[in-house]
Amino acid sequence: MNIKHSKLEAINLDAYYGDFHALKNINIAMEEKAVTAFIGPSGCGKSTFLRTFNRMNDYIDGFRIEGQILLDGRDIYTNDVRVDELRKEVGMVFQKPNPFPKTIYENVVYGLRIQGIKDKKILQETCEKSLQQAALWNEVKDKLDKSALALSGGQQQRLCIARALAIQPSVILMDEPASALDPISTAKIEDLIYELKKDYTIVIVTHNMQQAGRVSDHTAFFYMGELVEYAKTKTMFTSPKDTRTQNYITGRFG
Amino acid sequence: MPHIDVELERLREKLLEMWDLVEHQLTSGREAVMNADHELSQRIIKLERKVNSFDLKIDRMCENFFALFTPVAVDLRTVLAILKINTNLERIGDTAEGMARFACKLERPFDPELVELTNVMVMYDEALVMFNECRIAFKSEDPKLAKQIIKRDKALNKIYRKSDVVIAKYLQNNPDRIPEGLALLSIIKKLERVGDQVTNMAEEIIFYREAKVVKHRKKKKKKE
Repeated sequence: MNIKHSKLEAINLDAYYGDFHALKNINIAMEEKAVTAFIGPSGCGKSTFLRTFNRMNDYIDGFRIEGQILLDGRDIYTNDVRVDELRKEVGMVFQKPNPFPKTIYENVVYGLRIQGIKDKKILQETCEKSLQQAALWNEVKDKLDKSALALSGGQQQRLCIARALAIQPSVILMDEPASALDPISTAKIEDLIYELKKDYTIVIVTHNMQQAGRVSDHTAFFYMGELVEYAKTKTMFTSPKDTRTQNYITGRFG
Repeated sequence: MPHIDVELERLREKLLEMWDLVEHQLTSGREAVMNADHELSQRIIKLERKVNSFDLKIDRMCENFFALFTPVAVDLRTVLAILKINTNLERIGDTAEGMARFACKLERPFDPELVELTNVMVMYDEALVMFNECRIAFKSEDPKLAKQIIKRDKALNKIYRKSDVVIAKYLQNNPDRIPEGLALLSIIKKLERVGDQVTNMAEEIIFYREAKVVKHRKKKKKKE
C-alpha cells in the first residue's frame, strides 16, 4: 500500500512476553495525519503492538522486542531515547476514561505542570485550547474548578483526550476509546477523531468493525500475533484479500 | 448456520423464486408470440403484479438486511448484487409482459417466412438459454459460467442489428403486412434488451463472487 509520508513504522518487529511470542515479524508503515485502525480478535497482539509505540510495555516483566519501531524515521528503542520525551510526542487514550481525582482544569494541565510550567497564562490558554480541540469546552467552561469525576463517561473520555492533547503530541494512540461509551458519546469521539486527524497521526485499536470503517483511513488486521492484511479501509471492508480477514470482519471467525 | 447466513439464504431463495416466475413468463411468452395465443398472453400479463410484489419484497428484505446486519465484504457485495439482479429481473418481467401485449394484438401467427428471415425464434431461444444459465450461475455461485453467459449476448446483438434491414426488405415485398412486421421488430428489440439485462445480472454474479467490476469494460477499451 502506498503511504504518502510515514510517521510511524515497524520493521521486522517481534515481541515476546517471556516465552510467548506475541508479535511475529510485523512490518507496517503508518501515514502521517491519518487514522490507522488495528482490528483483530482478543489476544491477537493489536494492543501489545499499539503500546510499543510509546513503550508502555517496558515495565511488564519478561517483555522484550526485536526489530525496530521508527517515529519520524528514528528508532524509539535505542538507549539515547528518553521515554518521558517520547511520551510527550506520543500520547495515549485508554479504553476506560481515567481522569485524575482532581478538578477539570488540573486534569488538563497536569502534563504541563509535571514539565515544570507554572505560567498561569500558558496553563489557562492551553487548557482552553485543548478542551476546545476535544470538543468539550462548551460543556465544561463554567465548571473548570469542579471535580473531573463528576463528568459523564463520555465527557471524561473527551477530558482524557484533552489531557493528551495539552502536551502537544504529534501521535495519539487510542485503545478502544469508545467501547465503554453510549452511542451518542461514541459518535462524539468519532467526530473528534475525524477532526483531530487534520493535525495528528492517530492509531486506534477497536473491536467495533463499523467504527473502524467510519473513522479510519487504513486498517490493519492482526491474527495470532501476525499482521494478516493491511489496506485502505474502503478496500478492507469491501474486498479483503485474505480469507481470515473476510471471516473476521463478517463475523464468521472460528 | 450463523444468523447472518440464514438471512442471506432467505434472500437468495426469494430471488430464485422470482427468477422462476419470470422464467415462466418468458418461456410462455415464446409460445404466445409463436401461436398468437391471446389467452396465454393475458395470463402472462396478469403475472406482472406478482413479479412486482416480489420486487418490492426483495427490496424491503435488502433494506432490512443493511439496517440490521451492516454487512461488509462478501456479504455486502452479495446484497448489492441481489438488489441489482432483482431490478433486472423485474425489468425482464416487464419485457415479457410487453411481448405478450404484442402477441395479444396479433390476428394470426407471424408469417413463417418472416420468422425464418429474422431469426427471431433463434434469438428467443438464445435469450432463454442465457436467462436459465444465469439462474444456474447464481444458484451455484459460479462466476465462470457467468462470464460465458456474457459472451453469448453477442449472438443476440448480431440478429438484432440485422433485423431492421431484413424486415424493411420483407415489408417492401409484403406491404399488406406492415403491422406484423413492426410488431416483430419491437419484439426483437425487446429480446435484445433481455440479453442486456441478463448480461447485467451475470456481471453482478462476477462482482459478488470475485470482487471484480466487469461492467462497462468494452467502453473503456474503446476510449483507450
